[in-house]
Amino acid sequence: MKRHAQWLEWRAPLGQARPPQREFHISSSVVIHGVSHSFGSGGLVLQDIELSLRAGSFVALLGPSGCGKSTLLRFISGLDTPSSGTITLSSASSAHGGSGPRLAFVFQDAQLLPWRSVLDNVALPLELAGVGRAEARERARAPLADVELSDASERYPDQLSGGMRMRVSIARALLTDPEILLLDEPFAALDELTRQRLDERLRALWLERCMTVIFVTHALAEAAFLADRALVMSRRPGRIVLDHELELPEERNLDLRTSAAFVEQTKVLYLALQAHGGLDDSQAVGST
Amino acid sequence: MSRPAGNGLASLALPPLVTFACVIALWEGAVRALHVPAFLVPPPSAVLGVAWLERASLLSSLLTTAEGAVLGFLLSVSLGTLVGLLFSLSRWLERGLYPYALFLQTVPIVAIAPLLVLWFGPGLRAVAVSAFIVSVFPIIANTLAGLRSVDPRLSDLFRLYGAGLGDTVLKLRLPSAIPSMATGVKVASGLSVIGAIVGEFVAGFSEGSAGLGITVLSAYRQLRTDLLFAAVLLASLLGLSLFALVSGLSALLLRRLRAQW
Repeated sequence: MKRHAQWLEWRAPLGQARPPQREFHISSSVVIHGVSHSFGSGGLVLQDIELSLRAGSFVALLGPSGCGKSTLLRFISGLDTPSSGTITLSSASSAHGGSGPRLAFVFQDAQLLPWRSVLDNVALPLELAGVGRAEARERARAPLADVELSDASERYPDQLSGGMRMRVSIARALLTDPEILLLDEPFAALDELTRQRLDERLRALWLERCMTVIFVTHALAEAAFLADRALVMSRRPGRIVLDHELELPEERNLDLRTSAAFVEQTKVLYLALQAHGGLDDSQAVGST
Repeated sequence: MSRPAGNGLASLALPPLVTFACVIALWEGAVRALHVPAFLVPPPSAVLGVAWLERASLLSSLLTTAEGAVLGFLLSVSLGTLVGLLFSLSRWLERGLYPYALFLQTVPIVAIAPLLVLWFGPGLRAVAVSAFIVSVFPIIANTLAGLRSVDPRLSDLFRLYGAGLGDTVLKLRLPSAIPSMATGVKVASGLSVIGAIVGEFVAGFSEGSAGLGITVLSAYRQLRTDLLFAAVLLASLLGLSLFALVSGLSALLLRRLRAQW
């Protein structure tokens, strides 16, 4: 794959050889042990979360609004810390004396800096890591090509559609070649067609790389289409009520969405969500 | 007019010009019809006449006032921005000093102007300091508000990538604050002229040149109301031009910064 080759060439300066995918799969990348959390006096948000995520897996985290799935993602990212419990992140490189895995976060809104061009937005993480501006911009071209936005590199966020802004945000996340990629309902505000295209693109990008992806969503079909493993959370206080390996082919495209297997898998998730009140909006507590 | 107003210069400048012409005509007509004595309300024609007659001294007064106002304004922009930045970096500093910065805003400038004469001597320096005192607070307050108004989710992004304080200030907080800072600077530009005029009332008697504040005072003492009107109009014209200049510059700067930051 041409684009893949380009990517490898680009990431070489980071100086971390990527182990072959098989080997990578053996270790776990995220281990969550006994995590509970409460917001001040607002009661319990998360209750006894126990999870172990394989390195290189694609995990969808599903649940009703306000169930704490975004909160859990913030804990994994290290932006916030839970009231109790531990979260351990490990990576192949940290075994060789690194400082934990490279991590990237795609937020609900694209979160671009409005005064920076697309290319400068993508280059930001490297600039913050002390790489010179010219070099950072040069290195930002590859991930921008990965999301098919090379032509828009000199445009500004206010000149982009919602879908394009989200792709810029994903390119920025890919720039640092993350071992763990967290996405918090990234496509929730987009129209259905754009969303399906981006789902496909994201799945393809993941297949080209070796990263653990945790994708928070409240859309059943999106979770089933993207992930290899789906976790369903209950209404607040959020608990994991279903841990389901999706039995679907590795390469996924539009045809899959209408296949019997896909519908069957989606139904499994639907039943779990329904059983725990997720589909009843009137009963959902709070919102994200 | 049935169609919406455009953005052209004509549609921008026309409404205020029409208002101006109407007010002048009404004023002239009313003063003549009611036989108002000229020392109470002079007709616009008389104001214009005396302005032309005294054009040399008025122009020199205008320049003197402009010098004090601009000097005070520049002092406000540089010191105010710096203080706002320091306050934003340290809660302790902000809590300790903000009330005293607020003092600059609330102190009656007329009351402390004599002090300024004592400290800085009569003339340009005291006038500039007076302009500074009146105009600095909006700059401090707006700089601080702008630096504090950073989108918390963008702060998360910077934290996630381990950004240092320098990068966070230069690449996130300052660019986020620029629109708010521009507002502060615009407000300050108008205020600096007020500060200069008030300063001149007390501190302007010096050297050969006297500012518009002095012109206003002496015209009042001689009951030359037409000259007083001319001086007041010139002072507000000065404030307006400074405001327009600063607005134009900040709009230009905003556009360029977006491209370069």
